[in-house]
Amino acid sequence: MNRKDRVFASVDHAVADIPDGATIMFGGFGGAGFPNNLIQGLARRGVRNLSAISNNCGTGDGELGILFKNRQIRHVVAAFPGPGATYFQQQFDAGEVELELVPQGILCERMRAFGAGIPAFYSPVGVGTDVAKGKEERVIRGKRYILEQALGADYAFIKAQRADRMGNLVYRKAARNFNPIMATAAKITIVEVDEVVEIGTMDPETIVTPSIFVDRIVVAKGIHNV
Amino acid sequence: MSKARLTREQIAERAALELPDGAYVNLGWGIPNLIAAYVPKDVVIYFHSENGILGMGPRAKAGEEDYDLVDAMKVPVTLVPGAAYFSQVDAHVMTRGGHLDICILGGLQVSERGDLANWRVPGAKGAGGIGGAMDISVGAEKLIVTMEHTAKDGQRKIVKACNYPLTAIECVSTIVTDLAVIDVMADGLVLREVAPGFTPEEVQAQTEPKLLYGGKVPEMALRKK
Repeated sequence: MNRKDRVFASVDHAVADIPDGATIMFGGFGGAGFPNNLIQGLARRGVRNLSAISNNCGTGDGELGILFKNRQIRHVVAAFPGPGATYFQQQFDAGEVELELVPQGILCERMRAFGAGIPAFYSPVGVGTDVAKGKEERVIRGKRYILEQALGADYAFIKAQRADRMGNLVYRKAARNFNPIMATAAKITIVEVDEVVEIGTMDPETIVTPSIFVDRIVVAKGIHNV
Repeated sequence: MSKARLTREQIAERAALELPDGAYVNLGWGIPNLIAAYVPKDVVIYFHSENGILGMGPRAKAGEEDYDLVDAMKVPVTLVPGAAYFSQVDAHVMTRGGHLDICILGGLQVSERGDLANWRVPGAKGAGGIGGAMDISVGAEKLIVTMEHTAKDGQRKIVKACNYPLTAIECVSTIVTDLAVIDVMADGLVLREVAPGFTPEEVQAQTEPKLLYGGKVPEMALRKK
């Protein structure tokens, strides 16, 4: 393993080993910070029966949309699939894709817990609602909580603005969102970036995701926001 | 009733008066999204956007949009001095952890004890979406719900018990509608203000649970149009 250079030659190289049935996290929120070029690579690769974990489920053909259009995803964990997620919504109404709907802050906290080695945690969110169904409830210091399970994945596909060759990352504006959390919660994290710089040239004070959480880097300037 | 209820813009204008200078505030979709425009000029509010911004300013001008600087509804926005970016975890540490001063959400139903239903109409097509609403409702120190007092078909939206899927239980502090301002208190719903020209009895007639009020209920203060 060459930890001093995790840069892959192309998007297709970076996703070449992803198998059918993989569980994959996808960063992005509100159109910003989606790993759109990695998603396109996955569409080209044609793997199927994927489990996706993502805040939403695409905008038309954009973001995750292409993977639903190609029927590559059979199960998704999301907080807000979105009215623009045309292909997902059609397949959901037809019973062709499974959805686990999760409150947004719990979606990312479950990832954070997984990355931090915490198997489950008590949360006040969803107490007394549909979200609590089937979950253990417990009163702690007089308040009701439900038990939420940590959420991990085989791969995380994320987007950052800049990496050094080791994988230290900085993000751009609100494109940060889920990306740094997902990087901690997957066995293999693949990041697409606008640019790669040499090791030692990034200010350690400003690094948001340290290299330990990043496995593969690819420079991708094709599709930015949808 | 022939009298004019408040418009959605006027509900937003009244709700804006609930925001003290310097507050950290999250605004949800619908009427809450109109409120920022009504914050008085001498008041600075630090708006939280759950995709990872604190100190969100107005919508970006045409030609100046940056699609990495968007709100949770994908709208290109700007920043105010003192703004910060952060991850999704920190965004909801702020909501769920009770760090925001005031949150304002839209509502489909609010119950007598302050339960909120605002994310799904039963029987609606599609998957629905929770987004940040549950984290925000549970964590809010003060949760204001802005909505029309009754549904388009006349059904009451302030009810004894919600029969729509719940967002959170016992979370609402204040309801601002096109007819009234109502505070959710331990002993029930207190009618604080009525829309100009309406009587407490008229508001009560559009509200399922019993409203608590003394003799005179003041009218909402709104700017003259």
